[in-house]
Amino acid sequence: MLVFVVKKLLNAALVMLAVSFLAFLIFQLAGDPVDMMSSEQSTQADRDLLRERLGLNDNFLVQYVRFVANAAQGNFGISYRNGQEVLGLIADRFPATMELVLVATVLSLLIGLPLGILTAIKRGTWYSEILQFASIIGVSLPSFVVGILLILVFSVTLGILPAFGRGEVVELGWWSTGFLTKSGLMALILPSISLSLYQVTLIMRLVRAEMLEVMRSDYVKFARARGIPRHRIYFRHALRNCLMPVVTLTAMNIGTLIAFALITETVFQWPGMGMLFIQAVTFIDIPVMAAYLCIVALIFVFLNTMVDITYAVIDPRLRDAK
Amino acid sequence: MLDATPSCLEVRNLVVEFPGRHGTVTALNDITLDIRPGEILGVVGESGAGKSMTGAAILGLLERPGRIAGGEISLAGRRIDGLGDRAMEKVRGREIGAIFQDPLTSLNPLFTVGAQLSETIRQHIPGTSRAQARARAVELLQEVGIPAPQERVDHFPHQFSGGMRQRVVIALALAARPKLIIADEPTTALDVSIQAQITGLLRKLCKEHDTAVMLVTHDMGVIAETADRVAVMYAGRLIEIGPVEDVLKSPAHPYTRGLMASIPALGARVRTLHQIDGAMPRLNAIPAGCAFNPRCTLAGPRCRRNRPDLIPTRSGQAACWLYEGGVE
Repeated sequence: MLVFVVKKLLNAALVMLAVSFLAFLIFQLAGDPVDMMSSEQSTQADRDLLRERLGLNDNFLVQYVRFVANAAQGNFGISYRNGQEVLGLIADRFPATMELVLVATVLSLLIGLPLGILTAIKRGTWYSEILQFASIIGVSLPSFVVGILLILVFSVTLGILPAFGRGEVVELGWWSTGFLTKSGLMALILPSISLSLYQVTLIMRLVRAEMLEVMRSDYVKFARARGIPRHRIYFRHALRNCLMPVVTLTAMNIGTLIAFALITETVFQWPGMGMLFIQAVTFIDIPVMAAYLCIVALIFVFLNTMVDITYAVIDPRLRDAK
Repeated sequence: MLDATPSCLEVRNLVVEFPGRHGTVTALNDITLDIRPGEILGVVGESGAGKSMTGAAILGLLERPGRIAGGEISLAGRRIDGLGDRAMEKVRGREIGAIFQDPLTSLNPLFTVGAQLSETIRQHIPGTSRAQARARAVELLQEVGIPAPQERVDHFPHQFSGGMRQRVVIALALAARPKLIIADEPTTALDVSIQAQITGLLRKLCKEHDTAVMLVTHDMGVIAETADRVAVMYAGRLIEIGPVEDVLKSPAHPYTRGLMASIPALGARVRTLHQIDGAMPRLNAIPAGCAFNPRCTLAGPRCRRNRPDLIPTRSGQAACWLYEGGVE
């Protein structure tokens, strides 16, 4: 088990190194930052000074090593746009995105899992067919359309939920949370529904397919032949065997949700990392973009590693695997 | 059936049908058989003859849309066909144990063998504590010949070899001391060297506990070693049944004769293996008269007209006109 974990961690480090190289390449390819940062009136001396200060005169490899070393310590440099620490900028926005993604994930599991089980074991009933059909709609609707529809219904027409922003937040150290105020929670509802709708349908369809597959397996038939009651077979024998892909999908999708929360964040004017990234793109703020890339990748890699380790917890066969 | 001992399992005129788009297919037709306590009945036949389906019908585990369309199944005098799902859950595992073909896939990979044994024990013997169930699980593993059962009880299925897993499956089938065990090809997936151990174990345990066994297989060697009586199936019907020595040495039905002749004797040098010409008819295209008549070298006009029922022979029964008035 320990060997397994160490191996996974080494893998993760390697992937991060590759990603950091890509992030670093953005600097090289996106033009001369000195041009963007200096004003029209600046002299050649000013520009040379800035170039020296940014370390742009060193050779490629030295710059890369410095980038990785700094990034590893959380130093992604300063924003070209407003001269603030990049990490600080991201840290400010990080809690908003994470809370949104967390709620969306919990929501998708809470709704998707039971619906998947239901449609699998009650296969062929009218309500299971309706759910199946509805899930196709859920999968095919783009999230910004869902978001705008939700705003139209609940904010504009009914006027019961806020259409934008995070509401009031409470500062817990460096983390700002919207969980502790009523307006914060109200503000979470629409964006998290809009973000999770796709996940709900995805998880539901996955669980359904997996359940149907597992229900055909020999050990389920054998469990039936041993006289194990149906509900126990569904929820103990079958469900646990379905969980593996669900864990994978959920964890991978947390990464995807973070990366793609920027659409939902834009629709709901949610002050998260996605919005920060969109602003960075408009201003060609390369340090912010590079840092965003590295941090999202880090989250992906972290989740992936967690998934692999969770696998070993769920499935005993993997614990001994090399 | 002159024996006075009451039967453990009684199947009377069992008919199983599969309604389909192109009409109903009769998969099992008029199956009648008994198994006494402690007796091992071998059921043989080609693939698709209905051996496994007979077992599934008795367990109440026919795959949909299959259904029992006629006949009776009784276990120790109580009818069990037509019982609801809830009631059958109490019969399965408790009164009828089952052993399936592939021990590699019969056990749930995510639970220890101990957990699966305890689950079965606690399901069928209410009031058993976890500790008692575990102790019983260890005992059962011991009984089926698993070394160091104290440790092995906490191991997962993938930590056992195929033969050992089949022993675990047997332990699971025996967990609640059922009256009948339905063993569906229990040795087919195993190495030949392991097969004899498993059939020997099955036979020993059943004699000890006076458990009746229905042993479904297509392996005549297994039948010869294990069974007391043997039933031969063809195209969804029982065509011969009798004591194992008689059926193996002097089979009555021409089909059984063909089957026996096609087993190469050890040490005999044969250039070509004997085979029965043709193939078993599909269930929706069974010929009139005796289902075997198109392939039978002894068939006469009567065989093409009328279907013979089981007719008493010297020591058993065979569904062949040869034993009642001839084929003309």
